[in-house]
Formats: sequence, C-alpha cells, structure tokens
Amino acid sequence: MTLTEVRDLRVRFVTREATVHAVNGVSFTVQPGEVLCILGESGSGKSVTLRALMRLLPPRSTRIEGEVRIDGHDVLAMRPQALRDLRGGLAAMIFQEPMTALDPVYTVGQQIGEAVRRHTGCGSHAARERALELLELVRIPSPERRLAAYPHELSGGLRQRAMIAMALSCNPRLLLADEPTTALDATVQVQVLILLRRLQRELGMGMIFVTHDLGVASEIADTIAVMYAGRIVESGPVAQILSAPEHPYTAGLLASTVHGQPRDRDIDAIPGSPPDLRRLAQGCSFAPRCPRRMADCRVVVPQPRFPAPGRMAACHGVADGLPAPEVTRMPTVSEPSSTTSAR
Amino acid sequence: MGSLIHDPRDRGGLQQPMLIARDLRKHFLVKGSGGKSVKAVDGVSFTVGKGETLGVVGESGCGKSTLARLLLHLLKPDTGELVFDGDPVGIVPGIAVDALRRQVQMVFQDSYSSLNPRMPVRDSVAFGPFVQGKKKDEARHIARELLAKVGLDPGVFGPRYPHELSGGQKQRVNIARALATGPRMVILDEPVSALDKSVEAQVLNLLRALKRQFNLTYVFISHDLNVVQYISDRVLVMYLGRVVEIGPIGAIFERPLHPYTRALLASRPSMDPARRIQEPPITGDPPNPIDPPSGCRFHTRCPFAEEVCTTTDPKLGNWQGPQSHVAACHMHDPLSGHSRAASV
Amino acid sequence: MFKLAKTALMTDTIVLDQAREGFDEQAIPATRVRGYWQSVLYRLRHDPLTLFFAAIVLLIVLAAICAPLIAPFGPFKESIVGRLKPFGWRSHLLGTDELGRDMLSRLIYGGRVSLMMGVVPVLIASLVGGMLGVVGGFVGGRTNTAIMRAMDVFYAFPSVLLAVAIAGAMGGGMGNGMLALTLVFIPPMCRVAETATTQIRALDFIEAARASGARTTTIIRYHVLGNVLGPVFIYASSLVSVSILLASGLSFLGLGVRPPVPDWGLMLSTLRQSIYVVPLVCALPGVAIFITSMCCNLVSDGLRAAMDVRM
Repeated sequence: MTLTEVRDLRVRFVTREATVHAVNGVSFTVQPGEVLCILGESGSGKSVTLRALMRLLPPRSTRIEGEVRIDGHDVLAMRPQALRDLRGGLAAMIFQEPMTALDPVYTVGQQIGEAVRRHTGCGSHAARERALELLELVRIPSPERRLAAYPHELSGGLRQRAMIAMALSCNPRLLLADEPTTALDATVQVQVLILLRRLQRELGMGMIFVTHDLGVASEIADTIAVMYAGRIVESGPVAQILSAPEHPYTAGLLASTVHGQPRDRDIDAIPGSPPDLRRLAQGCSFAPRCPRRMADCRVVVPQPRFPAPGRMAACHGVADGLPAPEVTRMPTVSEPSSTTSAR
Repeated sequence: MGSLIHDPRDRGGLQQPMLIARDLRKHFLVKGSGGKSVKAVDGVSFTVGKGETLGVVGESGCGKSTLARLLLHLLKPDTGELVFDGDPVGIVPGIAVDALRRQVQMVFQDSYSSLNPRMPVRDSVAFGPFVQGKKKDEARHIARELLAKVGLDPGVFGPRYPHELSGGQKQRVNIARALATGPRMVILDEPVSALDKSVEAQVLNLLRALKRQFNLTYVFISHDLNVVQYISDRVLVMYLGRVVEIGPIGAIFERPLHPYTRALLASRPSMDPARRIQEPPITGDPPNPIDPPSGCRFHTRCPFAEEVCTTTDPKLGNWQGPQSHVAACHMHDPLSGHSRAASV
Repeated sequence: MFKLAKTALMTDTIVLDQAREGFDEQAIPATRVRGYWQSVLYRLRHDPLTLFFAAIVLLIVLAAICAPLIAPFGPFKESIVGRLKPFGWRSHLLGTDELGRDMLSRLIYGGRVSLMMGVVPVLIASLVGGMLGVVGGFVGGRTNTAIMRAMDVFYAFPSVLLAVAIAGAMGGGMGNGMLALTLVFIPPMCRVAETATTQIRALDFIEAARASGARTTTIIRYHVLGNVLGPVFIYASSLVSVSILLASGLSFLGLGVRPPVPDWGLMLSTLRQSIYVVPLVCALPGVAIFITSMCCNLVSDGLRAAMDVRM
C-alpha cells in the first residue's frame, strides 16, 4: 500500500494585508522505503508542503484543501488526539536548525526519553535504554556521555544526529526532513547524508527530503519532484531528471548550479526572479522566465504530461508519451485503528 | 590577471601585490573563562595580486569572516601587518585606515541585516559617497547609476525599502553600495551563500562583469568549493585560524596537497546518483577554536597523522610567489621527520 | 534626502509598474512602496478598537485645550449656597464641589493640568534619556557602564516613592512635580534606548557604514536614530498613562499644583471627606483619571501592535 498519497494539495495563508498562495495543487505518492526529494528554491512551497503533511502550519491563518493520506489515514480530517499519535509515531520530522528544534533546558537524553515514553508508554529506565540505543544507531561517539549533554554543548553535526535520533525513537514509517543539512559544513553534511541513507535503508522508512541543493538531491533521492511557485513542475527518477530534464525550469536549475562550469564564460543563469506568491499571474508561473515559452503559456496553467513511465512534467512544450495513468482510489479509512494492518 | 588599465591611484605598479597580509592574528577573550580566548585568526599570511580574485575557503570556525574584517580594519589585528599597494596600513609613514577604506570595500553575507530597514535602498547606496564628501545630489546620481549597473532599474527599485526586495535584489544593492565609493578592491564575505541557486548564478555573472568593468580585485570568501572554483584565480584554504594551503586554482583542485583540502574536495556531492559518496572523507566536527589541538591543528582528524604532527606546527613555505602552491603539512616538508615526507 | 518619513513616495512608484527593458530584474514586488511609518499608519487605520480609544483621548485633549470655550461656568466661581450639590442641580450638570464650584468646568480645566503633567515629563525624559541611551549603547565600553550604572541608582527606588521624595524635597508645585516625574522616567527611557541601540549596533549595515568611512555621529544620525525611534516611541506612549496616574498621585498628596488651580488629583483629595454626602460627585475626578489613563494605555497597546512590523 502506498505510504503517502497527496492529491491536489492547496495551502493559502490569509492575513489582513494579503493572501499568499503557497501551494497550488500538489499531488505525489511515496512508496514504503522510497526517498522522495522535493527540490525547489525559496518561495516554491516545498517547506509548506512538508509541514502540511503533519499539519504543522499556524491554524488560524492557514487554509488547506486537498487530500493527504499517510498509511491510509486521512491526515487533514484527523482529530487532535489522532494527530498527536501520528506526529512522532507514524511520521517524524527533522528540521534545518537543530539548535532551535531541540529544547535548550533539557538534556538530549531527557528529550529522546520523553518522545519514547509519549509513544510507547514505557517506564523511564526503558526509555533511557532506548535513548542510548538510538544514539548508538546514529553513530554519536561516547553515547553515554552525550545522553547527559545539553544541546548547546554539542557541535552542529552532533546536534543534528541527536535530532535524527529523536525522530527515529518511535520507529516511524515516514521520515520528513526539512533541509536538515543546509546549515551544516560540507564535511559534516556528507556524514549526515550517508547516515540518513543508511538508516533509511536499514529501517525501511519512506523519506520525504526537502532541499534546494541539487547535489544533496543527487546523493540521497530515489525520486525527485521539482517545485516552482507552489506547483510540482517535474518529477521522476533521480538519474533521469538530472541527465535529461524535460521541464525548462529543471533544465535551467541544472545549468545554473555551479559545478565545474568553464571559468571564462558566464553561467547560464535563469533570468529574472521567482514570482510573488501574493500575486500569481495567469497561466504557467514560470512563463516570464522561460526560454521556451509559447503563446499558450501565459494563459493556461499546464497540466501534468507523462513523457515516459514514471516521469511527469507540467509544461505545454512537453509531449505526452503515455496516456495518463489510471487513478485508483485508495480505500477510505475513517477510523485510524479499524482497517489498517499492524505497523 | 594583472590589470592592464592604468589606475591613477596605483602606486606600486603591476608587480606589487594589491594586498600583503603578514602573520595576522586576532584573538577574542572569552569572558569569565579565566583568560581563555577564541583564536579566530592565528597567524595568517597571503598576498593578493592586482586584478586577481583570491578565493578563501574554509568551514565554520576557520576564521574567514574575522579575516575579512581584519583586512578592512573593521577589527584591529592583535599582531601582524597589512600592506596595501606597497604602503603599510595604519602606520606612519603608510596609508591611514580612512584612506584604506576609500580603496577597499566589503560586501556582507547576510543581505537581510546589511541594509538599514528604515532607509530606501538608493539612500543606502548613496550614503558612502555622501560620507566621503560628495554633495547630496551628486551622491544620489552615483547611486542611481550604480543601481542600473547592477541590474536594478533605479526608478523602480531606488525608493523601495529592503523588506520589499528579494534576496537576490538585496544582494545587488549591497554590491552597488560597495562600489559606490569607487574602490579598487572588494572583499566579498559569502556573497552568494544565502541565495537560491538560480539567483546565485546571476549574481556571480554580475560580479564577473563588474570586475572587468571597474578593474577590480576581489577577495572572495566562501564555504562553497564549486563557487570558489568558478570565480577564483588563486585559492587560500583555512582551518582553525590558519592557512593550510594556498595556490593557483587549477593546482589546488587537481593536485591538492593538504589532507584537509582533499577531504573538502571529496565532500562535494557528485551530482551523479550512480557515483554517490559511500564513506565520509572525514569524520567528526571541526574542533573548537578556543582550545585548538597542539602541533598541527588538523591532526585529530587527519588519516596521516603521526607523532611529529602532534608536537610541531607545520610551516607554510613560500606563500609570497604569485604562482606558488604550498601547504602547511609535514608530509610536504622533507625536513619534518614525517614518514611520507620523502615521497613527495 | 535622508528624511525619516517619506510620504512623497506613495505616488511615484504606482505610475511605474514595469521595469524598463535592459535591466536584469524585472520582477516588481507586489506591494506598494511603503516605508515603516506608512505601514504603521496603514495598520492603525484598520484597527477600529485603537481608533476608538484614540478618539476618546483626542476628545479629552480637545476639551482641555478649548476649556474656556466649552466650560459652562468658571472654575473658580464659588458659592456658599450651592455646595456639594448632586448631578443636574440648577444646570450644574455634574454637581458642585465643597466650595460650590461647578464640577464639570473644574474637570475640564483640570484636564489641562493633568494632561500637561502627563505628557511633558515623558517628552523631556524621552529626549534626555533617549539621548543618553543611544550614546551609551553605541559607544559601549566604560561610557556605557558609567551611564547605565548611574541609571541603576535611580532604579533602586520605587518610582512612586522617588517621585514623592523629589517633589517633596523641592517643595511641591506644578513645576517641581513635573521635574520629579521627568527624573523618574529618565532611567527606563535610557534603558530602552540603550537596548535598542545595542541591538542595532550589531547589525551588518552599521559595519558597512563604518566601512564607508562614516564618523560615529554621522552613523548615529542617519542609521541608528531612525531604528531606535520605534521602540522609544512605543515605550514613551505607554509611559503617558503612568505619568498621568503619578501626577494625580502627587497632587493628591499635596505635592502638585496648589489650590485653587483645578487638578484631578487635588480635587480627589479635597473631595475625599465629602464622599458620604454626594458620593457620585466626589468620585468624578477619580473616574476622569481612570478613563484618561486607561485610554492612553489602550492606545499605546494599539500603537505597539501596529509598530511591531516584522520587516
């Protein structure tokens, strides 16, 4: 069964001054054990999408529409108690800034222990054992000593590992990662990426990894979904996307990412800036910057086309190679506990 | 690489390096720790030739931001000297700090806090010339011209406030501000690190164009090796307040001498899913600049560390030659006693 | 050129909606050009609650200014017969006090004194304390320590006690009362300004200004003041209500204006004994103090919400 299914997700932030259309119709699926990388720049809606999956957005100003299912449960319709069970239990999240994601007045051991106790109801001794186990799992050196350390006593890389340990504490089936390596140095980043890859394989988790860095995506993803102005413009297996992109934005991103370009020439940059999400124009949001734009592009929002099995590109200039896949409806699950199989 | 257009302010000629830094040191005292200090910059020496781009690479804690501020005398070095175009800085006879700041400017990293939120951007750009004696009208005119040169329509963007601009637009304003006083050298402290990749490319192209147009010399500080490879002529690699390697761009990237440089290069993502990095090139985190390891500072993470590395500081060698490629490593010093030294 | 408020800008950017050809940046921000103060005004205009209370404060201020025009009787006209009369007695809308003077007129005239003693000390304290705080915060080091520790000496005393002590030692009277309040408010204003300045000083644009070769005074004038004005103004507006209360307190204790000058605190004091005769009339000065102080407080809250713009 599909681990995560998102269908036509739309997220708006409504304030007195403006309405921000952060996510405008995003659909994707994640299979168990698959790593999906959502790639996009700032303002593309990638972090908002991730947070919408666990409903971590500010309740008063956010309007969410669409369908989000994790392991069959309808997340958008969940009641608070079920949502709390989901967070940290079935799905867990790691963040970009470990210093702000960890509570500074509790030790690492206490925080991990709290997460364990909340979800499994075990005693404090068992929780401590589990916390130690987790610190060893994420390869933190001298784990007994680190259990008693406060977040500010650890270096950036160790804090990030501690946060990963906390996220894994209750064996989640889905790991959501919001740019966890962006704030890390290059040598530490590569360690954390290798760790995440290994853990994901060993524990059989599905992972949704948000990043703006193509290099990071190439190291960790099975599938890439490229987002622009709140929509997914292209998706497919990582090797194909990186070697033969269909969508002009993806091609532009690849060309403009600095990676061994000749030094005597300008880089092929995408002209212009990303659109303002408060004032989205008609038609394709990328049209003003697109080198291949046609007349249609400014008028009609491009629908997903499927040029090859597993590939999707939302561009008027991309031809359909296959008929659109059959949309099979998931069996509706109203009560979380009734029809789903044991984890 | 050398500047072919003669600048009337040029004093030393083409062969004279634009900047020589000799044994710069800056320690920050940690309050309440009984005299301990953060050895942010601990003996850094290098040269910057006229018209070239020197890339400075290192991870957090290596001291590159402190170094940037030392070069402009925003921080006073504890020891060491700076020589700008043949004149020692801050000493009489020599060039005064005020005069230095007319010829050297800086582009800051955080585009958010580097512009006054209560000032329209054209006033922020015009502030430099205004302070250096130009009349308000003239300063405004310079500001308008520069905004246009960095790709911003001055009529549209001039009156705007920083919070109304995107990250890339703010960084363009920062660059315009740095150029407003007509400097010969610009120090860029992580100018593209906080930008999206597509905007990063635009700003890099802009920096290249401006360098040609205004005959500038750049010191480009970054943690991103790919960007440094693209834009620099020579590279300086820093680790924990020291220079570990310096050399021309091709040599550093193709034949890195220092194990740390090699690890940094190997930590770059491959961009090819079929050739993913399997083992981390280096383990652990960069150590604390308050208590750096004894001897060679890298020895705690170095796969080639031997006893001599824990006791003696390796020397950098001849860092003054414009084409020299040297590393501060015992393996490359035949007299060090390191087992691999002879094989180089 | 470096004016802090730029009202002229609202027009010139609406006309030019599109960047001309030949410039890299074609994406125009979606919002109109709006400086900080215009944003504040915009938010205030759409905040009905604050506007309502601001209107009340404005009414009180106007009444005080136009006192000679709107007061039905003179504030000093006594009457032996008509003492301590209730509401509505012989066209005295709000009754009379213990000397037969019309309450409404005395309340309106009293507003002048109370408002003056509320606003003037805050104004002067903002200027003096603000300046000290900015200088200390920007220069740092020993100067800052000297200034802030001097302020701490005053902080050691509770504000009411300090005001009473200073006013008492100088012998009372309106001028001395205002001086006392000014001295009481200088340390907190100084601290607010110093905190704001220290925060600003750490930001990169100050370093950039130094790198351009600007002198300290130039940097303070063009870069620091504009950013510090916000927090100082918010704090000052919240002090006005406190100041009105303290001023009334001083007058109540006889350390403010001298009789027969009408002042709400003084009126409360003299009417205190007669509270069992016409309770409503005697409570009136207290009600006036309460309403004025409360409305000032709520307006200052609204101002803080409007000025807390994240930019």
